[in-house]
Amino acid sequence: MSDIPVAGPDPVPAGPDPAAATVGAAEPGQPSEAPGPARSRGRLAGAVLIQAITQGSSAVVTILAIFLALVVGGILIVFSDPVVSRAWSSFFAAPGYALGQTWDSVSFAYSQMFEGAILNPSTISAAAHGGSIAAIFEPLSSTCAQATPLILTGLSVAIAFRAGLFNIGAAGQWVGGAVVATWLGFGVSLPVVIHVIVCVVGAFIGGAVIGWFVGVLKARTGAHEVIVTIMLNYVMYDLLSYLLSHPAMLQQPGQTNQIAPFPESSANLGHVGGPPPQVGVGFLIAVAAALAVAWLLSRTTTGFQFRTVGASPSAARTAGINVERSWILVMLLAGGLAGLSAATVILGTNTQLTFNSYGTYGPDGITVALLGRAKPIGVVLAGLLFGALHVGGTYVEAATLGQVPADIVQVLEGLIVLFVAAPALIRAVFRLRSTAGTGMEAVAKGWNG
Amino acid sequence: MERVTTLAAAVRVPLTTERRHVAAVTFAALGLINILVFGLLAHAGDAGFALSESGLGIKIPIIRVAAGPACYVLGAVCLGLAALRATVPFSQRGKRIAIAVALLCFLLALLCWADAGAIPLNVIIIIQGTWVASIPLILGALSGCLCERSGVINIAIEGQLLFGAFSAAIVASAFGGVWAGLVAGSLTGGLVGLLLAVFAITFLMDQIILGVVLNVLALGMTDYFFDRLMSTNPNYNTGNTFAALKIPGLAQIPVIGPIFFDSNVFLYITYVAIIVIQIAMFHSRWGLRVRAVGEHPTAADTVGIPVLWTRYRNVILGGLIAGIGGAFLTVGSVGSFSPDMSSGFGYIALAALIFGRWTPLGSLAAALLFGFSLELALVLPTVNPVLPAPIMNMAPYVATIIAVAGLVGKVRAPKADGQPYVKA
Repeated sequence: MSDIPVAGPDPVPAGPDPAAATVGAAEPGQPSEAPGPARSRGRLAGAVLIQAITQGSSAVVTILAIFLALVVGGILIVFSDPVVSRAWSSFFAAPGYALGQTWDSVSFAYSQMFEGAILNPSTISAAAHGGSIAAIFEPLSSTCAQATPLILTGLSVAIAFRAGLFNIGAAGQWVGGAVVATWLGFGVSLPVVIHVIVCVVGAFIGGAVIGWFVGVLKARTGAHEVIVTIMLNYVMYDLLSYLLSHPAMLQQPGQTNQIAPFPESSANLGHVGGPPPQVGVGFLIAVAAALAVAWLLSRTTTGFQFRTVGASPSAARTAGINVERSWILVMLLAGGLAGLSAATVILGTNTQLTFNSYGTYGPDGITVALLGRAKPIGVVLAGLLFGALHVGGTYVEAATLGQVPADIVQVLEGLIVLFVAAPALIRAVFRLRSTAGTGMEAVAKGWNG
Repeated sequence: MERVTTLAAAVRVPLTTERRHVAAVTFAALGLINILVFGLLAHAGDAGFALSESGLGIKIPIIRVAAGPACYVLGAVCLGLAALRATVPFSQRGKRIAIAVALLCFLLALLCWADAGAIPLNVIIIIQGTWVASIPLILGALSGCLCERSGVINIAIEGQLLFGAFSAAIVASAFGGVWAGLVAGSLTGGLVGLLLAVFAITFLMDQIILGVVLNVLALGMTDYFFDRLMSTNPNYNTGNTFAALKIPGLAQIPVIGPIFFDSNVFLYITYVAIIVIQIAMFHSRWGLRVRAVGEHPTAADTVGIPVLWTRYRNVILGGLIAGIGGAFLTVGSVGSFSPDMSSGFGYIALAALIFGRWTPLGSLAAALLFGFSLELALVLPTVNPVLPAPIMNMAPYVATIIAVAGLVGKVRAPKADGQPYVKA
């Protein structure tokens, strides 16, 4: 990989880059400005922002990747529209009609998606004529709500990536957090603010224990974390199913279904802001967690050790870093973040835990982390994008009466990450000059570590 | 000098020295579970094992053993193994045999405990069910073996199985032929393999990420087409299946016949695939070249082996085989497709491949172990209602974790596995 000539000014480093060995440096790979103690404070906030926006060519690659994914998704939409399919079957008789129908079908689906997730112009005109202003912000608010758990599971996967571990187990860790959050939520009575704090901390610990176990197995026995996390996911699903089928444990009394009671109202994470322009406290937790992870990775000795271990465990060991301790600690944090994700769902939207609650938060966390290039701020942006896609997908399914199923979103997400992770393909398709690499290579490691 | 010693101490990897003790402790733990859990908690009475299919020619008497004492004996065997493993140095082969014996004792004790005082278990039906659960795992693991021996990590086994299952079902339904379904399933698996090859080999994409993304795509696409085609039009999901194909003569042998020679064509394809790949990989010039590419592509290139072509060929071949495993999920067993029906089989196949140390025969043994656990999770709650089904369902996954952490530990993959090759 490394012998590909890299000409760009900012070859975004592949994941951690201990070569930029100063622990305090904002993020590796920044074009070095005149360093000085006076400027370093100002660079902290600025550098994180620049980090997200810049990376020159890689931002371009991301946008082109999203565009290409939408094109391929459009083909799927066309395929499933009977009117358009019929128009294409008589393409040579009336090519204009076929193309027009295609454009109508695809643009309708995507504009519905946009209106459902970001902004619906009709609500603006309605508000201008005395309608509710709140309706304008409703799509954005639900996008933030959907993005919250994705950002947290994304961070969980991302932080493990930075230490060279692939955490496929966010789903199992999510279940661990959800079980603890639910149990503390309905089973314990505490004063208002304290209760919710206890529940959130409990969810963090619930997830962290599962992650810690993976780290310990890896450190003590060498068991590969990919296998252990996958297997633990299934173990946790079965455990959840078991707990939810016994009233003595988590099942709601009087229920035959696998469903837990509502958490008490004192355990709910509220939201900030009035009706519509509002964000849940869970979203604030997610953003705070992203900032904390960014700080940890770039500003602390522990974070430096994580990145060094991620770049080369043997080099880290030679340098006197306790590699095993880093593995255990980073998996513990990763599990805790996935547990927090569960807390924002269970306590943030006041949900009853069911057997299907874990949904696709785990796999989505992987795609979010990849799209965000395993960097905290990137993960937040990617989480927002995928949150918007989820909201838009549900909206478009309703708007087209099921003709475009919400599953299209999963395809789009997969395609986006596929294209983002293969910059060489994007450059080939769009005939870009081969300049810089992107930050995607080598975040994950093969079996031999 | 002092500095050098401290460095050496820091660099030393502690894993190998502990391995003996980890394995011994795991054996001992299995033995203690056999004695303290299964032995002491078994109901009074015998556990019965039937060895013939009901209503067929030759009858073999049902084997009955006293459940409690049987568990004690099996536990004692495990404890003995633990003591041996901790004190006597074992050869590689000896280690593997020890693992197999310990796991076998554990499973037998589990069976005795579960069946104590209940109706006899039909061993033949359990083993037939084990094959059904194992075939997709075996074919998936063989796909991984072909890919990874040539240096390409294949996490996309899950996607290959799922896509294969989908297209086999839809083609078999639309064109009314299970053979067409089998071919279509295989080709679709090969198509996913081709995608994997193009992105991993030509576009140098990170292979673990790529595999996960392909799985996400396969799940999304099959869900999408299931919603758009199958759920609206049941004619596309009729559920045709292959009929059983008894091998004349061989199928009449008691015990052996019903287990090995009375199944549909997929089982026989699996036999052939295992044997051919095992021999080709380790006893032919072809295999030597593939392994050279997977271990040291630069050296292979130097002596004139086409590295990229070898990898392309193997990845696509692997996809074709995993696609057959996918087709088995629909046209080979249940017939109709349902969303996410591979339900993690691809990942278990990956675990089987690693547990089996990247060899076809090792993968076979591991896949059978997982398949057996899956089958037990289905059967045992019906025999012994005390067993909660969700806890039994955990068995294969817990077994994998114990196997990977306690018995196998750090594995050694092909050296260049996961690293794209760029000609200097």
